[in-house]
Amino acid sequence: MSTMTFGRAINAGLRKAMEEDPKVVLMGEDIGKLGGVFRITDGLQKDFGGHRVIDTPLAESAILGTAVGLAYRGYRPVCEIQFDGFIYPAFDQIVCQVAKLHYRTQGKVRMPITIRVPFGGGIGSPEHHSESPEAYFTHTSGLRVISVSNPQDAYTMIQQAIASDDPVLYFEPKRRYHTKGEVDESLDLSLAPSMETARIVTQGTDVTLVTYGPLVPTARDAAVAASDEGISVEVIDLRSLAPIDFAPIEASVRKTGRLVITHEAAQSGGLGAEIAASLTERCFNYLESAPVRVTGFDIPYPPSKLESHHLPDLDRILDGVDRAMGRPNSLSGLEG
Amino acid sequence: MLRNETGPAAGSRNERGQDLETVQLISAAGERLSHPEFDPWVADVTEAQLTGLYEDMVVIRRIDTEATHLQRQGELALWPPLLGQEASQIGSGRALREDDFVFSSYRENGVAYCRGVDLTDIIRVWRGNASSGWDPFEINMATPQVIIGAQTLHATGYAMGIQNDGADSAAIAYFGDGATSQGDVNEAMVFAASFQAPVIFFCQNNHWAISEPVGLQSHVPIANRALGFGIPSLRVDGNDVLAVLAATRIALERARTGGGPTFIEAVTYRMGPHTTADDPSRYRDANELEDWAAKDPIARVAALLQSKGLLTTELQDAVQAKADAVAKEMRAGCINLPDPAPMDVFANVYSTPNSWLDRQRENYSRYLAGFSTASEGGK
Ligand SMILES: Cc1ncc(C[n+]2csc(CCOP(=O)(O)OP(=O)(O)O)c2C)c(N)n1
Ligand SMILES: [Mg+2]
Repeated sequence: MSTMTFGRAINAGLRKAMEEDPKVVLMGEDIGKLGGVFRITDGLQKDFGGHRVIDTPLAESAILGTAVGLAYRGYRPVCEIQFDGFIYPAFDQIVCQVAKLHYRTQGKVRMPITIRVPFGGGIGSPEHHSESPEAYFTHTSGLRVISVSNPQDAYTMIQQAIASDDPVLYFEPKRRYHTKGEVDESLDLSLAPSMETARIVTQGTDVTLVTYGPLVPTARDAAVAASDEGISVEVIDLRSLAPIDFAPIEASVRKTGRLVITHEAAQSGGLGAEIAASLTERCFNYLESAPVRVTGFDIPYPPSKLESHHLPDLDRILDGVDRAMGRPNSLSGLEG
Repeated sequence: MLRNETGPAAGSRNERGQDLETVQLISAAGERLSHPEFDPWVADVTEAQLTGLYEDMVVIRRIDTEATHLQRQGELALWPPLLGQEASQIGSGRALREDDFVFSSYRENGVAYCRGVDLTDIIRVWRGNASSGWDPFEINMATPQVIIGAQTLHATGYAMGIQNDGADSAAIAYFGDGATSQGDVNEAMVFAASFQAPVIFFCQNNHWAISEPVGLQSHVPIANRALGFGIPSLRVDGNDVLAVLAATRIALERARTGGGPTFIEAVTYRMGPHTTADDPSRYRDANELEDWAAKDPIARVAALLQSKGLLTTELQDAVQAKADAVAKEMRAGCINLPDPAPMDVFANVYSTPNSWLDRQRENYSRYLAGFSTASEGGK
């Protein structure tokens, strides 16, 4: 076990994957000498060379497009998108090519491409630097989408993503890069829980609170605060956003009868809707109140002086818990 | 596998097989060099106007340093310095007419100054108050673009509109060396050439795209690329305000008279970090910085003015006073800028009411009201 930051844990996971498989190559803007704008690839070009840690010209569509070619040639590219808001020039390659080639070729061509995306807000950045675009990708068949919330998962799941023969979007909550945690680097990947499993973070009996990525620590804090008021919250970290591991959520909701989902991304058409609908289908008779979503608004990410209003925080999550519990809340008297 | 040297590949040729010339009208030492093709385009520049260009460059350098200080003092969240690129921005910005339209990146605050932007509007975005600082139609300059290269298409489309309207104004797109790798920029050149749109592609090759040297983006001088699209191209010393002014005037004249697009590569250098969040010592050599410091755009005009006997203490004092006043005004504007109101997060997403958002706005307003009742009630 060693203590390391979230960012360092991703770095260590990348290093391990590169040591174990010479076909793993990293590609992205400023990932070489600079080590990436967040220093996630710090030192890797020095140790593995410019042919394995490739500073690419400034063109995201080209990064993903050439990754497809490298995958055809037997490589396992790991592409860094510098910030969430810069993935869109590559959207066409991801959605039309990366996601569909295996299907289109009757399984003859594999696309073991990992796309690392620092995402989410809370760091006071200008526009295009704080977005949560995950739902575009969970809506695209052929892609696996995961998001990590702590250094151990960051370390393990980057390796699992790289080992996957399917393309994986790996969403990194950039505002948590400096969070420290224990990481077991000797962990045997085959014994680690699959990257497709959700994890119960805090056990509880009154409300099931589902989240992922940057809001996991916030949800955990909300559970502590709620317990002060006598409410027992079970927090679930999805880890995998596509496919979603519904079994533990279902088991939890059968126990608590109440479901709250929180994410930074906009509400409409978001993952919260998918989870609420699926859980309603799966355990309608166990629900004691309607599922509640606590999310970012349906707005472009706001200027940084306003981001605290957009991002779900402890108070907004607790308000959502109150709604699920039928306690006085901001919408009291409005809901049926 | 990948080339990593800085600067365009040595020995690159243009389509006629000649080394592409980098036009200079003022040497680094401040001598006025003659150039038969470019001279006529700046022949009308009076001594007073030359002094004006000097003043502009000093003022925007001052604006830039003041903004960097404001960032260091926690008043701005971030700032992208233009230090070293003053001649490129003033030379081109001052060539424009009021009815021309500018589409820039985040770094062209010197161009914004030429357009007459309100100084507080320059820093609004960087303080985190707004996503856009000014009204684009007030100064005929689009809101700066962060998505690398996207604005080149916007400029081309705007120019297609000018053309359809039968007007004689032009659109100008500002972008960096790194941006030339983006599909958008290349597609913009295809459209501009196909439609012979009155647009200028003004590339400030400041040698770096964050940590990536220009050699990674282009195997030939960037100006050469435009030729492949059938777009006439000029390469100028971007630290030479007169050469930049002349090149921009040549391109504008072509655009106004139905001659279509022009590409200009202004060869300059980013003397500062990429933004205040960047640490260039991780990736570039201090020697390189020294070399470029010797080619400073302001020092050479000062030397030229000196040789003409124009750099009097009077002038220097006046320019300094102007720079100080402008910096003071910007600082005051920045510090006194009121924070946006919480409910502003919902403003302007759509131009007409939207039922999804209306519901979220109402709910959030009730939520916020709960806090004031709670505190009034001493919860
Ligand atoms: C589509 C996109 N990808 C990546 C970025 C991140 N980024 C911001 S500035 C920059 C470098 C730009 O270099 P250049 O075009 O030379 O302009 P300069 O900053 O030197 O003025 C990068 C990679 C971005 N803003 N947009
Ligand atoms: Mg540049």
